[in-house]
Amino acid sequence: MPNASNRDRGLTSLERSRVVVVGASLAGLRSVDSILRAGYSGEVILIGDERHPPYNRPPLSKEALSSSEGFDAIKLRSSTKPDSYKMILGVGARALQLEEKTVILEDDTLIEFDGLVVATGLRSRALAIPKPKNGIFSLRSFDDLEAIKGALIRAGMRIAIIGAGFIGAELAGTLTNLGHMVTIVAPEEVLMQRPLGNVLGGAIGRHHRERGVELCLGRLPLEIESGSDGFTLYCDDGTIIRADLVIEAIGSIPNVEWMQQNGLDLGNGVLCDETLRFGHGGANFAVGDVARFPNLAFDEVPRRIEHWGIAVDSGRYLGKAMVSLLTSGTIPTSFKPMPAFWSDQFDLRIQSFGIPGLVVDPSQIRILEGDIDTEVAMGYFQEETMVGVVLIGLGQSHMKYRDEVEKSLKSR
Amino acid sequence: MKVTVDLDKCSDHGQCVFAAPDVFALNSRGELTFRDVAKGTYVSGELDEDLRDSIEEAIDVCPMQAIEIED
Ligand SMILES: Cc1cc2nc3c(=O)[nH]c(=O)nc-3n(C[C@H](O)[C@H](O)[C@H](O)COP(=O)(O)OP(=O)(O)OC[C@H]3O[C@@H](n4cnc5c(N)ncnc54)[C@H](O)[C@@H]3O)c2cc1C
Ligand code: SF4
Repeated sequence: MPNASNRDRGLTSLERSRVVVVGASLAGLRSVDSILRAGYSGEVILIGDERHPPYNRPPLSKEALSSSEGFDAIKLRSSTKPDSYKMILGVGARALQLEEKTVILEDDTLIEFDGLVVATGLRSRALAIPKPKNGIFSLRSFDDLEAIKGALIRAGMRIAIIGAGFIGAELAGTLTNLGHMVTIVAPEEVLMQRPLGNVLGGAIGRHHRERGVELCLGRLPLEIESGSDGFTLYCDDGTIIRADLVIEAIGSIPNVEWMQQNGLDLGNGVLCDETLRFGHGGANFAVGDVARFPNLAFDEVPRRIEHWGIAVDSGRYLGKAMVSLLTSGTIPTSFKPMPAFWSDQFDLRIQSFGIPGLVVDPSQIRILEGDIDTEVAMGYFQEETMVGVVLIGLGQSHMKYRDEVEKSLKSR
Repeated sequence: MKVTVDLDKCSDHGQCVFAAPDVFALNSRGELTFRDVAKGTYVSGELDEDLRDSIEEAIDVCPMQAIEIED
């Protein structure tokens, strides 16, 4: 145990220790908050490769795209005093040396740590097809948003969104509301097929269609060409789509390359145990979108969960776990969050609790209340256990269904 | 200590209700009850210091980052 010397130190003897948090976004900031709230008396350094202080990403595909408000409207709030920790922005971590307990930054600064929190999140995936170098956008960061806004130079533009996931669908709604003509192109048969299933995905697709979005599903662009009249997308089924603007929203890749060469399992995020710990015995944790962990409330399969709420919950969990590990060598409880997710598309509020994506058998997805084409609650079952609920509308019932998923999981 | 909620930002997620049930509640339409009494920004009366931890938690978990403490 490299950390043995820390074992019997109390909180005060942590004074000369240091926790480094890599990734200055939601999960990183909430980790800093919770470490300090847990009474940690050492130095905390938050390192982010973006030049912006931590900000909120969900508005990027929603309000922030349609409003003229600037960065301040999405800046994340924190109950921690800014002078109680150190923040380094605009310089990312380039390498990790787990044995030596050091992080090396892009400018070659070497930072030693006693505790490490990895909160480096995801970046957008790009389609590996022949396509022009410029003019194709994606949306993960504030700078991406600014670039897209800068390209929306007139009303009524033809916009092709590649990808039928949540971000693609939200963008379609917001851009249509702004007066643009949106086409969604994707290989899936319905919107949000994997997380929600065919029935609900189909219903949400109908909402989109009724509001003017063109759905070109079940096909994949093979090539994108740019010419004097904008872009041309050639699909595998022969469909040709013309657009003034192309946005790729085909999913994301975990930012883990900087952690290579430490013998870690970095396939699809940082593999952690049920306490979000990774590595070979040190006080190393991963939080937020980049963490792949087993949620024992469901099963023992490690998964990444790309939900705002998980970034918050994992960051909030981290503080006590870290401080306890550094002072006593143990972690009192495992991380067993109730995943919750929301998405706003046109006037639709979609909310999800639990992990509906666990259920692929359509006969195990049942309407609990309402009507699939207006407001509905869908239950996702593994035998008798309700492992997830998805609501469209029905805002007044969301507490009830969240509780029901929780109860159902507890009683299995 | 007072709590303020920007009701234009708030979109009735109700996360604050889980975090600080003594301060926040949803009405029967699933909206934050402060909407029944205020428009724009809701400002509470003077609140007990004991509530600070749970309100700070509500600030953290609000997806719209609509909540603030005024000391
Ligand atoms: C457009 C959009 C809309 C969304 N809408 C919703 C929604 O409606 N509901 C919902 O539940 N969730 C939504 N999400 C997901 C939610 O925003 C994420 O779950 C959340 O941002 C995860 O936070 P994180 O801190 O783990 O990772 P991220 O927010 O990805 O932050 C990681 C940070 O680490 C930085 N970084 C990466 N590598 C390094 C390095 N080597 N050194 C230093 N810094 C590094 C990155 O630049 C970034 O700043 C949305 C996401 C996007 C992009
Ligand atoms: S958590 Fe935020 S957005 Fe949700 S109801 Fe409370 S204040 Fe409104």
